[in-house]
This record gives sequence, C-alpha cells and structure tokens, in this order.
Amino acid sequence: MAKYIGKRILLMIPVIIGVVILVFTLMQLTPGDPAEVILGSRATDAQINALRAEMGLNDPYIVQLGRYMGDVFLRFDFGTSYISNVSISTELAQRFPKTLIFAVSGMVLSLLIGIPLGVNAAIHQNSLVDYGSMTLALIGTSLPGFWFSLVLILVFSGKLGWLPAYGIGGIKYWILPIVSTAFAGITTMARQMRSGMLEVIHSDYITMAKAKGVKKQSVIYRHALPNALIPVVTVASMSFGTALGGTLIAETIFAIPGVGVYIVNAVSNRDYPVVQGGVILLAVAFSFIMLLCDLLIAAIDPRVKAQITGGKKRSKKK
Amino acid sequence: MTNVKKKSQLVEVVKRISYNKGAVFGGILFLAVVLLAIFAPLIAPYDYMKVNIPNRCLAPCREFLLGTDYMGRDMFSRVLYGARYSLLIGVGSVLFSAVFGVIIGAAAGYFGGWLDGLVMRLCDVIQSIPGMILNIALACVLGPGVFNTILALGFQGIAGTARLMRSSILNVRKMEYLDAARTSNCSSFRIIVRHVFPNTFAPILVQSTMGVGARIMAAAGMSYIGIGVQPPTPEWGAMLADSRDFIMKYPHMCLIPGVCIMIVVLALNLFGDGLRDALDPKLKK
Repeated sequence: MAKYIGKRILLMIPVIIGVVILVFTLMQLTPGDPAEVILGSRATDAQINALRAEMGLNDPYIVQLGRYMGDVFLRFDFGTSYISNVSISTELAQRFPKTLIFAVSGMVLSLLIGIPLGVNAAIHQNSLVDYGSMTLALIGTSLPGFWFSLVLILVFSGKLGWLPAYGIGGIKYWILPIVSTAFAGITTMARQMRSGMLEVIHSDYITMAKAKGVKKQSVIYRHALPNALIPVVTVASMSFGTALGGTLIAETIFAIPGVGVYIVNAVSNRDYPVVQGGVILLAVAFSFIMLLCDLLIAAIDPRVKAQITGGKKRSKKK
Repeated sequence: MTNVKKKSQLVEVVKRISYNKGAVFGGILFLAVVLLAIFAPLIAPYDYMKVNIPNRCLAPCREFLLGTDYMGRDMFSRVLYGARYSLLIGVGSVLFSAVFGVIIGAAAGYFGGWLDGLVMRLCDVIQSIPGMILNIALACVLGPGVFNTILALGFQGIAGTARLMRSSILNVRKMEYLDAARTSNCSSFRIIVRHVFPNTFAPILVQSTMGVGARIMAAAGMSYIGIGVQPPTPEWGAMLADSRDFIMKYPHMCLIPGVCIMIVVLALNLFGDGLRDALDPKLKK
C-alpha cells in the first residue's frame, strides 16, 4: 500500500508541472503588454521599456517560464499583483481557507443529504418516493447553480428576511452560500447513489444474503451500501471540482472574499499574474482531492486493493 | 452492430426512445425551443433592443407577456432572442470539442505509441483543472463575446471527448472486421472514418447531448460574472447580470431567464438519458 501511495504521489508531480506550464503559456497569449497595464496609458515608451527590462519581459518565453516555475515551486511565490502591488501568495493564503471551507462544507452537506436520498429511492424503486426524489434530482441538475443562489437570496433574505443576502460574519452568513453550492452536489449524489444501489441490489450475493435470512436493514447497510458507495466516491471527487468552480461564481454573488472573487476581479482588471496564481492554486487543490479520493478507493475497494498489493495470490486476470 | 441493415438500426433506436416517456417529452420540448429560437423574429411582439423608459420594470401583463426590464425592453422578445444565443453557444461549443476531440482521440487510439502517451498526458493536465476555473482562465485570455465564450467552453471538452474516443477505438481496434478492412488494403484514414468511427459514435453522441445543457449553464454563469457574453446582448446569463440590481424589487427579471435555462437543460437531460439507454446494447430487450 505504501508503495502505491508513493507511486500515486509521484504521478501527480508531472500533472502539476503540466498545469503550471499550461496556465503560464495561456497567460502569455493574452493580448496587451503587462508593462502598459501597470503604468497606464500615459506612460512614455522609455518608461515602458525600462519596466519591461526590469520585469524580465524581454527574455525569451522559455526563460520566463523557468523563472516562474522556480518561483512557484521553490519559494511558493506567485509574483505580485499588477494593480495593488501586493504579494499574490500572501493574498491567496488569506483567501484560500474561506474558499476551501465553503467548498468542503458544501460537499459534506451534499453527501449527507444525497446519499440517503439515493439509497431510499433505490430501495423503494418505482414507488412514489422514488419518482418524487428523482424528479427533484433531475430538476436540480438542470438548474444553473448561480441562479439558484439568486432565488435563495430572493426568498430567504428578500421576502422572508431570515438570512443576510451577502457578506461574511457569523454562521447566518454561511447558510445560503453553502446550501446553494451543496444543491448541485446533492442531486448528482442522489442520482449516482440510486443507480449504484440498484446495480448492487440485483446481484447474486444480495439474493444470497436475503435467502439466508439476513435482516433487511442489515442487507442494505452491511452488504449493499459499501459496494454501491465506491462509484459515488469517484463522482464526489469529480463534483468537488465542479463545486470549486461553482464557488467562483457563488463568492461573487454572496460577496465572500475568497479566491474566486480575487480571480474574477483580476480578469476584469487584466491582472494576469493573479489569475495565473489563483488558477494554479485551485487546480493543485483539486489534484490533491483526486489523490485523496484514489487512495480512499484503494483502501475501501478490495478489488482495487488486490490489484495494488501485487495480486500475487490471485490467479491471472481473466 | 451489423451495418447490413443500416436503416433498421436507426429505426430501432428511435423506437426504443419512443418507449421512454421522459425522453419523448424532453425531445419535443427541445425541438419547441429550437423552433422558437429560429422563428424569434416572427413571434417576438416587440423589438428586443427597443428601450421604452415609461414602461420600465413592468410585471408580466397582457401587453407584455413576461413583463419588461429596467429599460422597458420587452422580456418575452428578449428571452426569445436569448434562446438563439444560448443554443448557439451550447451547440457550438459541443461541436467544437466533438470535432477536435474525435480527431485527436482517434489518432491517439489508432496509432498508439508516443502520440497516444503525449495526448493522454495533455488530457490529464487539462482535466485536472476544474471546468469553470479553466473557462475563466480562457475567458481572460480570449476576452468576452459570444464567439470567445464558445471557444473557452469548447476547449476543455476536447480532452473529455478525445479520451472517450480513444477508449472506444481501443475497444474496436482488435475487432475482426478491422483485420478484414486492413487485408483488403484500406488506408488508415478510410478505416478510421468508415469502419471505426460508426462503431464508436454512440458514446460521443450521448456525451455531446448531455454536454449542450452543461455548456448552456456554464455560459450563463460566465456571462453573469461579466466574463462571457456582455449585456445588452440578450443571452440569458447576461440578462440576469444586466438586471441584478433590480432583482430584489422586481423578481420577474431574475426568475424568467433562469426558468428558460432550466427548461432547455431539463429537456436536454431527459432526452440525453433516453438516448443513452436506447443506444446501450446491454439494455436491449
């Protein structure tokens, strides 16, 4: 197992390097001269040229890339913002926890609600409960997340006045943003859980368990659920990526000072190093979540575990 | 999958979809939206750009079916024209990623070797960036606008489609009919286009159908935060962005574009689900 963990982490390194190269290259393609952005339109050519030389913008692409990667990987330094001249790493370090809390609690909430919904629908297949929750889930996956946030604000802070519409503060401020990010996850989880559960419920070992007189509850929770959960873990890690993306927009709507607002504002200010740093940070965070998920699957799925730990005891595959 | 009875296959799929009430409903709903978008100039009661300040912020009434926005523009006309933009972006970006993804994935899967390795590592990198985040980075590079939004949304899909295409190709590559084609001296190009592609078509079609809805939602989100389509273009997300300051006072401005997005995406999801089941040989009854 330790060997597998090591290997999986090693495999992540080229991907992260690739992400940095890709994002850096994309940002190089942006039209406009950073020196002009910083100095404004009234700067003289001489001033612009001096700044270009100082920032190393006249160096060949590959030198700039090397320098950027050195800064990022060795010093965790993403450069400074063109607009505010503040270190991007400091700013990201301050903002990232908010985005992370936001995304993770949304994820947890969606698992807590989505899994029971899906299991329940599968157990009562073709009943009213099943149709009801699946119709809701289908409608839920067809709602744009940011619009759902707007509707939540409209209802709960506009009409009812129960919760604040935006800003940060006590627990009250977190309810609407978290519910709105969790919503898409809930519907995805419920659908996935239901189909996973249905697949398992009809397999032979469940019939076997029922036949030997295991209690219904026990069949479901001890025999069926663990196997049905495995695909859900994969889907959950993918939808964490969606949640991270969703927080970008949700943060703007709810005015939460996280990484998302930082990036979105930077896009409109043409503050490219900020976009570059923010995107890299979130991509790396996502890679780590995928890593955790792969390790979790390896730990809980005996089939994968057997493959990893050599599978020597097993006969040839197929 | 025999190609001998080419027609009966299509008939078979259509028949299987028609058994699925949800899929039929979704298909009809989507078709209706497409027709409304095409005939928008005939249906729209007013000019969608015409500012009419005395009639601003009206709730839905008989004169203005869906009310007016803060500049007095007729919401119904705007929503109709908005369907054009949303559909164009959704379908356009999916086609963009399908075309490039299929070509790249087919080449990688068919030729294998270093090309395959390179393409797959690139896909790993692209897919390890969460969708919306890559979209925003690309929107930053390309700038706002309808066409650039299509490109930004289409780019990431290339990786997914290429991966799917590659794995389908690997599945059919060992089939005997390909040996037969090769021995009868077909070129690689002809083998891919005439023999491999038709047999790998189904998963791409399903993925693309589902993709249109997801792209429409993503595009609306991007427009809302101001990096996609810009107001006063009546794209649904841009309409929401445009009227965001009036949402609390006049909820219809917020509800109507959102419900439109929901209807289109729901229709596509229903139809896509049905299509997936109909094309799945395992579910053949």
